[in-house]
Amino acid sequence: MATKASRAAARTMISPAVILLLGWMIIPLSLTIYFSFLRYNLITPTGNPFVGWENYYWFVTDPSFKAAMLNTLVLVGGVLLITVVGGVMFALLLDRPMFGQGVIRIMVIAPFFVMPTVSGLVWKNMFMNPVNGIFGHIAKAFGAPPIDFFGQIPLLSIIIIVSWMWLPFATLIIFTAMQSLDQEQLEAAEMDGAKWPSRFIFIMVPHLSRSITVVILIQTIFLLSIFAEILVTTNGGPGVSTTNLTYLIYVSSLLQFDVGMGSAGGVIAIILANIVAIFLMRMIGKNLDA
Amino acid sequence: MARAVSTGQKSLNTAIAGTLGLVMFFPVLWILILSFKTEENAIRAPLEVLFGSGWTLDSFAAVQARSDYFKHFSNSVVISVGSTFLGLLIAVPAAWSMAFVPTKHTKNVLMWMLSTKMLPPVGVLIPIYLIFRDFGLLDTRIGLVIVLMLMNLPIIVWMLYTYFKEIPGEILEAARMDGASLREEILYVLTPMAIPGMASTVLLNVILSWNEAFWTLQLTTSDAAPLTQFIASYSSPEGLFYAKLSAASIMAIAPILIMGWFSQKQLVRGLTFGAVK
Repeated sequence: MATKASRAAARTMISPAVILLLGWMIIPLSLTIYFSFLRYNLITPTGNPFVGWENYYWFVTDPSFKAAMLNTLVLVGGVLLITVVGGVMFALLLDRPMFGQGVIRIMVIAPFFVMPTVSGLVWKNMFMNPVNGIFGHIAKAFGAPPIDFFGQIPLLSIIIIVSWMWLPFATLIIFTAMQSLDQEQLEAAEMDGAKWPSRFIFIMVPHLSRSITVVILIQTIFLLSIFAEILVTTNGGPGVSTTNLTYLIYVSSLLQFDVGMGSAGGVIAIILANIVAIFLMRMIGKNLDA
Repeated sequence: MARAVSTGQKSLNTAIAGTLGLVMFFPVLWILILSFKTEENAIRAPLEVLFGSGWTLDSFAAVQARSDYFKHFSNSVVISVGSTFLGLLIAVPAAWSMAFVPTKHTKNVLMWMLSTKMLPPVGVLIPIYLIFRDFGLLDTRIGLVIVLMLMNLPIIVWMLYTYFKEIPGEILEAARMDGASLREEILYVLTPMAIPGMASTVLLNVILSWNEAFWTLQLTTSDAAPLTQFIASYSSPEGLFYAKLSAASIMAIAPILIMGWFSQKQLVRGLTFGAVK
């Protein structure tokens, strides 16, 4: 039983973390909301008058907003599709008996530990460069015209790079979940004559659905904030073809110094992330009770 | 009962999975090879790179000469280790009290802490940037230590909480019965049992901070720039630079790659907040 004294001590011990996180959340958040209603530019002093919803109106009606939302959607959706399908396949493969499984697993997981600026630049130069990149050399060896990745398929190129970085994460989590699968259940189904496809669909998929949902939700939170990979490869271009919401807000905030507009975008990004977060939190909360 | 698997089947599995592993690992392997080539040889066709001449160690020295690798390396170490240990200092008491003296609010507090992690960094970019500017924290290591500590504090608290939860409370009660004070209880009973969990937490958070590439790119330019920013400086083309970029990249990811291999299990626990076990 916890005593009164230990409860008081517990409160004291928890308060620094709570106070810091409260400050970290409330101060910048309320400033962002406050700024989003001001005409506030760091270069042209305007006296920062209150302008109501004007920033939101201009941010949302700007054609690049529509493009950025679409790019964000395609980027997040594309990476999720590749990593979830690939992750299940990799996990299934790794789960089978083999030699040197540890070494192979390490090789599969390695990309997750590569910092985003390195992956962006390495893929851009050593692989996707049409003249000196490996893909260019391969195309030349077959006499085919090389693909100008960042000119012809810029968004897909970003999707490939980001998928490479996140496939290990999906694999690792789905693989972890797969190891808790009851082998006897599988064997019983096999003895009852269930073929591999039906064993996969009726036993494995239901068992993995939870971990797949977690992968989707957590990755979405991170993928909405993709930034460094775009900064070092395309700078959001050509045009706005690889500008996602995060990058668009960065451009209006720190490149155009429009505090009001950038803040309005920030509020929109927060709302968007929260929609995903609600579902994720609910799942984690359920697990906490169990 | 595990079923017997024929060696042939096992070899086939190994071949398929090994090929996939090699494909995933190839970019890392490739820059490792290129980092030992001269610039003129690093841009040749893959087979010429592999079997041609032009092997050298010069690129590593060139990277240091071009933009002072060691300065950025030490910035990365200070920022990632500093923010992790500062976070640990704040999180250990919090996680301890939530794990061993739970109240009816504990779950809500945990969930609320987690929710702060869901805030997209770009949503608070402007206020943080302006606060940093006004307090002279832009391009300082202490500024980044603080921001990354706050970014990762929820993860640190959560990981420690799940580890502490696994320590049987009866042992602590027994110590209390034997007259141990709260300080002795923490120092001599809890700490030895909690060290493995704390080590895993440190490992994962150093990795996350080392690779963090939003705040480090936004809030630093040169003095406090860690390796993420140092690598980003290669994004503007500059003649032949594949060997240099490869050498710089290898030096930036090698320490974390090695640490990462030791933390695979913790990765799952830390990044899914216990939702996948």
